[in-house]
Amino acid sequence: MSHYGKKSKGDIVYDTIIYTILTIIMIGILYPLIYIVSASISSPWAIVQGELWLLPKDITFDAYRKVLENKDIWTGYRNSIIYLVVGTSINVIMTTMGAYTLSRKDLVGRNVLVLIFTFTLLFNGGLVPTFLVYKNMLGLYNNLWVMVIPSAVSVWNLIVMRTYFQTAIPFELQEAAFIDGCSNIRTLTSVVLPLSMPIIAVVTMYYAVAHWNAYFMALIYLNDDWRMPLQMVIRKMLIQDDMASVVGGQGESLVDQLMIKESIKYVVIVVSSLPMLFLYPFVQKHFVKGVMIGAVKG
Amino acid sequence: MTSEVKKKQFRISRTITKNWDLYLLILPVVLYFLLLKYLPMYGVQLAFKDFSAVKGFWDSPWVGFKHFERFFNNYQFWTLIRNTIGISLYQIAVAFPIPIIFALLVNEVQSKRFSKAVQSITFMPHFLSTVVLVGIVMAFLSPSSGLINNLLGLFGVEPIYFMTEPSMFKSIFVFSDVWQNMGFSSVLYIAVLAGVDKSLYEAAMIDGATKVKRLIHIAVPAIIPTAIIMLIFQFGAVMDIGFEKVYLMQNDLNKEASSVISTYVYEMGLLGSQFSFSAAVGLFNSVINFVLIIIVNTIAKRMSGTSLW
Repeated sequence: MSHYGKKSKGDIVYDTIIYTILTIIMIGILYPLIYIVSASISSPWAIVQGELWLLPKDITFDAYRKVLENKDIWTGYRNSIIYLVVGTSINVIMTTMGAYTLSRKDLVGRNVLVLIFTFTLLFNGGLVPTFLVYKNMLGLYNNLWVMVIPSAVSVWNLIVMRTYFQTAIPFELQEAAFIDGCSNIRTLTSVVLPLSMPIIAVVTMYYAVAHWNAYFMALIYLNDDWRMPLQMVIRKMLIQDDMASVVGGQGESLVDQLMIKESIKYVVIVVSSLPMLFLYPFVQKHFVKGVMIGAVKG
Repeated sequence: MTSEVKKKQFRISRTITKNWDLYLLILPVVLYFLLLKYLPMYGVQLAFKDFSAVKGFWDSPWVGFKHFERFFNNYQFWTLIRNTIGISLYQIAVAFPIPIIFALLVNEVQSKRFSKAVQSITFMPHFLSTVVLVGIVMAFLSPSSGLINNLLGLFGVEPIYFMTEPSMFKSIFVFSDVWQNMGFSSVLYIAVLAGVDKSLYEAAMIDGATKVKRLIHIAVPAIIPTAIIMLIFQFGAVMDIGFEKVYLMQNDLNKEASSVISTYVYEMGLLGSQFSFSAAVGLFNSVINFVLIIIVNTIAKRMSGTSLW
């Protein structure tokens, strides 16, 4: 844009202000994250005495050793991965089946189905009736399926995917398949799906992140420790400050135990967010795409 | 005339038979909604009954609006309403405008790399779980070892017990949300701004408009319609405060500020086993949310043709 002439003095001041504010915002977001990582590998004494400001001080991996030796963390990790993989697979299959059907304008009764689905966004049974129905009528209490079945379809993702099917895939392609004698299901699997990988990636990301971060269903419906997802395990440590399973051991004084808890908090935060961190560039891209497709109403 | 109707009926039944496999495809989805979403609505009747586990949903005796009356006369009623609406309004006042301002700023950046860096960094906390976010907040605000109190200590301020101080609850709730979601909430606005016709800017430049003028006369008006719609919908959710974060931030000492309807329902219903009473409280809240969203949707539709359905 500079070919419209030199920047005026006012414009330079303006740019400086904009860049400064945004830099401050970036630091404001980033600083706590860096501090957490630094604190996780610093001596707890440095944290408590307020000597830690940005970079790690008196580096030690004791807290990491403690956390990685802890059985509960591993159980939580394993459970969360299982819930994520099983849950997301169910999510994507169900959502695809629903979204494709709803994308077909020649489907009789389509509007009724849309109404049935979207009404659940406006009104629901509420916590207690839902709990009692799930427990007494569906047998979901303390049942592993409660982690994946009640969240099997998100209406929002259903609509996003339907919008994609309607706008990004030319119906003529499907008609050609029908003329060649393909059934509807065959058309879906061999014509529509190969062209739908972008949207499948988007909804997979949304569902997977939701599964990884969820704790509510486990809090309400699960009873046994061995079934708990990672978020419930770290809730106990971070929020309820119950680290009895992590600290302690031979030759540790009470002071040592109290101190190491300070580091463990940060280690737990890092360890539980690690998968997100690794997948971040990928996740971010698809989340942004999801907002864009969601904004185009089908 | 009758032959027309017959033809149409014939056509419909033909498409139904032709598309039978589509109905098969959507059957599991329909079953999911009926069993997991609509069946609990059948359970709503217990708000009007005295539920006993022995008798079940159907045979428990009807009691009319008894539980609702008890809730309205409850000494906690106004506290819950005040906290629920208070947190929402605070949230709207702070967390709503910030992403818009942020998007306007990002839109002014010419360097693609800088713009990308700002967005990647600010989106990051959005993906942290609620448990981790509240864990971070508690660690940072800890009176004995937290960063914030260490910082205040440099200026000779005595440690502040943030998490147990009721007057701090709303601010902690809202500002931690800003930190977590500011970046990601701006995605929509950044997209709207990126869609503004570039020739508008060029024409303004030829006319000698400064950058400030271009911001005020082009970018701001471009973003206002979207912002208004988003604002209207936020007001629709004013009584609909999520359970997860409030519950994690809640403790015995800050309860006078942190008790909201959803945590109260959990406490009374699932911890206290007052099923019918808490179902009534929940239903009261659901009905208000339902009415609000209908009103808000109608307003949005009238104003701009945008609606949720």
